[in-house]
Amino acid sequence: MYKVKVYVTLRESVLDPQGTAVKKSLDTMGYQAVEDVRIGKFMELTIEKTDRDVEEVVKEMCERLLSNPVIEDYRYEIEESVVL
Amino acid sequence: MKFAVIVFPGSNCDVDMYHAAKDELGEEAEYVWHDATSLEGFDAVLLPGGFSFGDYLRTGAIARFSPIMNEVVKAAQARKPILGVCNGFQVLLEAGLLPGAMRRNESLKFICRPVNLAVKNNETMFTSFYNQDEVIQIPIAHGEGNYYCDAATLASLKENNQIVFTYEGTNPNGSIEDIAGIINKDGNVLGMMPHPERAVDPLLGGADGLKLFKSIVKQWRETYAVKA
Repeated sequence: MYKVKVYVTLRESVLDPQGTAVKKSLDTMGYQAVEDVRIGKFMELTIEKTDRDVEEVVKEMCERLLSNPVIEDYRYEIEESVVL
Repeated sequence: MKFAVIVFPGSNCDVDMYHAAKDELGEEAEYVWHDATSLEGFDAVLLPGGFSFGDYLRTGAIARFSPIMNEVVKAAQARKPILGVCNGFQVLLEAGLLPGAMRRNESLKFICRPVNLAVKNNETMFTSFYNQDEVIQIPIAHGEGNYYCDAATLASLKENNQIVFTYEGTNPNGSIEDIAGIINKDGNVLGMMPHPERAVDPLLGGADGLKLFKSIVKQWRETYAVKA
């Protein structure tokens, strides 16, 4: 089994209205040191071992469904979990 | 002419679409559930607004993989008219039938009110009853209508005259170049955030949307009706 963590964020070039609102709020609260806030999504997947290379499968899922390549970037971490 | 109104779990403007096609146009219309696998016998496809699959992940992202979408893609390739409104537009973007993507409204608010639109291209099968640059009033109702595309896509949209509707006066959602609706290069797939199906009768507050549906029928008749 694999434990996969997928992080999806809006691309740097795309304005993030949620992030901007949160940054403004932090600013009002006194955290003026915050330069930028980007809101994203975090997904945890549990994937069974198959013949296919897990990284290849994860990339494919990210590009087809988990992220929208037009406006979002993704990264992932794959961990093999030992089934006892 | 026979319209298919695609219904996803969470669609909520399907009845309005059906009403526009069936009662206002007097044409045939049928609901088609998202897991159907055929659009045989239909001349046009209407993708309604709503919150398909609860807008989970991204708007339209899950609906785009519904079985019926394979048929919608085939219908698009067969040059049949495909109209996606609001969530229907979002589904068309996710499906890659139209370029670009949707972001949250700049204000982060769900906005539901009539807006003014300018008809920027009246030479499409959806807009032939409008005048070029005519200003019409159609309601919007969305939280994610902030259209985005990269500079190259925008240039190509302009070059091919694919921007069909823009917001006139104030832009409610922050969309790039005030875009409210775009069409594909082939000219048969239109996506728009405003709801023409909610403006088909003065009783509903206006009938400016009716010409859009009438344009579809006109084009179809001109193409397929036997010329005497």
